Amino acid sequence: MSVVTLKINDIDVAAEAGKTVLDAAREAGIRIPTLCHLDGVSDVGACRLCLIEIKGIPKLLPACVTEVSEGMEVTTHTPQLDEYRRMTVEMLFSEGNHVCAVCVANENCELQDVAIEVGMDHSRFTYRFPERGVDISHPQFGIDHNRCILCTRCVRVCDEIEGAHVWDVAGRGAAAKVVTGLNQPWGDVEACTACGKCVDACPTGSIFRKGSTASELDRDRGKLEFLVKAREENQWTR
Amino acid sequence: MERAELLEQATVAKQAQKRIRIHCCTSTGCQASQSLDVKKQLDNAIKTHNLGDTVEAVGVGCMGFCGQGPMVEIEDADSPAEKKHYQKVTPEQAESIIGSLNGSGEADAIEGDPNHPFFSRQLLIVREHSGRIDPERIDEYLAVGGYQALHHAIYEMSPADVVQEITQSGLRGRGGAGYPTGLKWATVAKMPPGQKYIICNADEGDPGAFMDRSVLESDPHRILEGMAIAGYAVGATQGYIYVRAEYPLAITRLQKAIQQAKRKHCLGAQIFDSPVDFTIEIRVGAGAFVCGEETALIASVEGGRGNPRPRPPYPAVSGLHGCPTLINNVETLGNISPIIRNGAEWFAGIGTERSKGTKIFSLTGKIRNNGLIEVPMGITLREIVEEMGGGVPGANNVKAIQTGGPSGGCIPDRELDTPVDYDSLRELGSMMGSGGMVVMDDDTSMVQVAQFYMEFCRGETCGKCIPCRAGTVQMYQLLTKLLDEKATKRDLDRLKELCGMVQATSLCGLGQTAPNPVLSTLHYFEQEYLDLLQPDPITVAAANRG
Ligand code: SF4
Ligand code: SF4
Ligand code: FES
Repeated sequence: MSVVTLKINDIDVAAEAGKTVLDAAREAGIRIPTLCHLDGVSDVGACRLCLIEIKGIPKLLPACVTEVSEGMEVTTHTPQLDEYRRMTVEMLFSEGNHVCAVCVANENCELQDVAIEVGMDHSRFTYRFPERGVDISHPQFGIDHNRCILCTRCVRVCDEIEGAHVWDVAGRGAAAKVVTGLNQPWGDVEACTACGKCVDACPTGSIFRKGSTASELDRDRGKLEFLVKAREENQWTR
Repeated sequence: MERAELLEQATVAKQAQKRIRIHCCTSTGCQASQSLDVKKQLDNAIKTHNLGDTVEAVGVGCMGFCGQGPMVEIEDADSPAEKKHYQKVTPEQAESIIGSLNGSGEADAIEGDPNHPFFSRQLLIVREHSGRIDPERIDEYLAVGGYQALHHAIYEMSPADVVQEITQSGLRGRGGAGYPTGLKWATVAKMPPGQKYIICNADEGDPGAFMDRSVLESDPHRILEGMAIAGYAVGATQGYIYVRAEYPLAITRLQKAIQQAKRKHCLGAQIFDSPVDFTIEIRVGAGAFVCGEETALIASVEGGRGNPRPRPPYPAVSGLHGCPTLINNVETLGNISPIIRNGAEWFAGIGTERSKGTKIFSLTGKIRNNGLIEVPMGITLREIVEEMGGGVPGANNVKAIQTGGPSGGCIPDRELDTPVDYDSLRELGSMMGSGGMVVMDDDTSMVQVAQFYMEFCRGETCGKCIPCRAGTVQMYQLLTKLLDEKATKRDLDRLKELCGMVQATSLCGLGQTAPNPVLSTLHYFEQEYLDLLQPDPITVAAANRG
């Protein structure tokens, strides 16, 4: 294992080569907001909340997929980055229908957490009030597309950890949505093993266990990471 | 295969051609105005006039003057300089055109002027055979020296020599951003040996652009040859042409060309009996603008959803199936065989200091002469629009020129003397792009133009990242609010903020450039935006109270 040293917000940090800036920052106790990142599955760099500045590179880069390198100088928070993050979250709220008061994930929601973290108290963008459906055809779970932020965490856990690939994305632009099977009702998808990993992965109240009422949802994110570790490193205790 | 044998084939093919060739365009544009019927009637008339020994009608590719199709051109090998051009030819006129050849009467068709600046100011490198050879017959390509560059590369040059030649030519990617082609080739060539791929990006999707389609339909072998040379240079044995399903004629002609080239050993295993292998397959894309982006294109070739992924790693390092992959656009590849044939120095002598060679544009909009043009870099926009294009019809004036499609911007008339090259266009806040050029006149509302391009991007964003997915929707709404005369200064400020944010934070080129049409119209025509603004109700209320 080789180690590189870099500076994050002017603090010297040592990190294992091959790790991402996000990992290195977390290890050093520096928080960078994320939504699409989920420990245990691949990164896609889609939510753009983890964008950082790196000295000498004109573009902003996502910390979740950028590897650390020797002598790198990273800045995770500037007024500009904070502003972009806030705008991103505002846009997430205005493109879906996020009515927290009646959501199973209320107070247990990463979208809410991020909103608080970036200081968003209202959205300056026009609410779109899109017509999106709810699918409760599955005997145990349901998906409310109104709350989906298209982070594709469900897609990745199902594909990469469970190996079932029940979830995918269909359509583009504002019409993009996650689908089950070949865009069938979830309950009709025979490939679904009802393992519930997508329930654990979803950062919002979009995918839920039936019967949970508002604020009851309890997600076990540790389980996902545990499974990956168990398989890769043969480490079966948590 | 010996070089002599290839030359022999070329001579035989050349000799099989008749003295008088009647070129009849059979590309998509002219086919839409019945050029296939015209061709049939020309064939019939040749028979009835008993001219079969000296005259042949040849279905050729695009001649560029698409607005005036069907186009028919007569070329006499005895006096090649004196061509005759007929425009808007109907099937009924075929008889008289053939009749005029042996002096029995005048041709009853609109004669165009082949010396018009629209043609005479062009410099044909990529399109040199367009409209002059039958794209469906490899013999025609061989007759004009086709595949000799590939033969030369394989037998006379090392792969490193080829990369060097392309580097020295100064060729830059014609897909839009203008990345140095030689550097791209060198990167893939330097990757350790093993499976590598060549991809030809024929996913042209800019509104109004049809350069690539035309090249593929008119001279498919030239692209195959360019890809094979690239394969030899970087050590790849497999190539893919990613072409959109909306281009059925291009697909058919490519398929034919690949088969013919294989049969002649110009492609496939052991090209020209050398140890070099190169196979080309076609991949048909469903037609998504985002698939022009390299990483999305690769995902689509792999059979997945055409979503871009963050770069690095760049495709040159890890592309198709994780292997080093060279992606070049159609027009870039179309420049390869002429460079190998005539040498890097020849190519570097054309164009400007930092933009070499020629560029194909599809000239459209409020302009007299619409069509495809290939011009040397460095020609000014004024020369293109006023001389070649004949200016704006009617009493109006040129107001702006949009280049670069949805990723580009509008250049105002006062900058018409700007030379066309990558850097000058970028300095003006626009870009070369793949080559759409839309002329706009005084009547055009620039805010509407911005709205049009934003509507396009809003529909084409893949939706993977939020700034592009939601940002384009919000920008489109703000532009619509402006045009509905409901927006205030605050909306305009929000629009500007959004432009900056979407540009800086989007994942791929589509999102990063989507605000460009707004930014450039704001830059040059801000007054048009200001004129649409309404008083801010809050300020008004405050003023009334005070
Ligand atoms: S359903 Fe949940 S996990 Fe899946 S994409 Fe939507 S928000 Fe992400
Ligand atoms: S910038 Fe647009 S097209 Fe590119 S990844 Fe993001 S959403 Fe998709
Ligand atoms: S966590 Fe990096 S882009 Fe979402």
